[in-house]
Amino acid sequence: MTALAATTATIGTTAGVPVSWYLLLSALLFAIGTAGALTRRNGISIFLSIELMLNSVNLSLVAYSRLWGDRTGQIVVFFVLAVAAAEAAVGLALFIAIYRQRRTIDVNRMNLMQW
Amino acid sequence: METAVFALFALLAVASAVVVVAHRNPVYATMSLVLTLFSVAVLFVLLGAPFIAALQILIYAGAILVLFLFVIMLLNIQREEAHHSGQAVQRWSAILGAAVFCGMLGMLLWRTHAAADRPLTGPLVSLKGLASELFTDYLLPFEIVGLLLLVAVVAASVVAKRPDAAPEAAVPSGAEPSEITTGAVTRETP
Repeated sequence: MTALAATTATIGTTAGVPVSWYLLLSALLFAIGTAGALTRRNGISIFLSIELMLNSVNLSLVAYSRLWGDRTGQIVVFFVLAVAAAEAAVGLALFIAIYRQRRTIDVNRMNLMQW
Repeated sequence: METAVFALFALLAVASAVVVVAHRNPVYATMSLVLTLFSVAVLFVLLGAPFIAALQILIYAGAILVLFLFVIMLLNIQREEAHHSGQAVQRWSAILGAAVFCGMLGMLLWRTHAAADRPLTGPLVSLKGLASELFTDYLLPFEIVGLLLLVAVVAASVVAKRPDAAPEAAVPSGAEPSEITTGAVTRETP
């Protein structure tokens, strides 16, 4: 444990990257994911964009955990991972069911509930 | 050294994220998302969260994206039609909105300049501390997440089940088996 602390302490003292850079990268990834989720029409691509957005939020959570020296951010990332797995499983099953009925997963053609 | 590693993997993450969003073939988009996730995992290690990085590679890149690839190959999705009709306004407004959002957030961060002046300490990166906190203070959310995963697996297998596997499916002889719906649901054929 002390050896681990010593090595990490040396890593910490040579740190040259401000946490705000990580937050900026996270915002950039989130914006890219937002643009993808809004512009794509393939359902799988929209899902991939949503996964990208979730991952950018994870990055900002870990960055804040590093900034404040608190472990809670990493634990929240753990829960976000689990919820993302559940969401992917249910969403992909829904796409399989929709594809069986309509032979497409183009979201522009899923307009049965449109007014 | 750390700055160089950060710059390399940040650039890699952004470039592969753009490929995820822009590529028309979903298989290439998924493989590019794997690259993004690996780059972000490297950044997690830089931030002193090696366990989260391992989880990212194991769960995201190892499980979730393999599920995506299976579904893509199961559905035999061809590439999206390149023909966009009436979608230009939607696309450009979405890109503009994302750019404005990104700019606002960047300006916000530019003004605050949060620096990692705290050195990385042992308790922050130790797996033992993380596990003990997860199983004492966050035990109830942990159990709820386990229940959520169980419900999601059951729901996914129920939703994705073939409808003609239902016992009351009296198949008319002329019907195509994969297009039968249970009950009296009427639907238009594509």
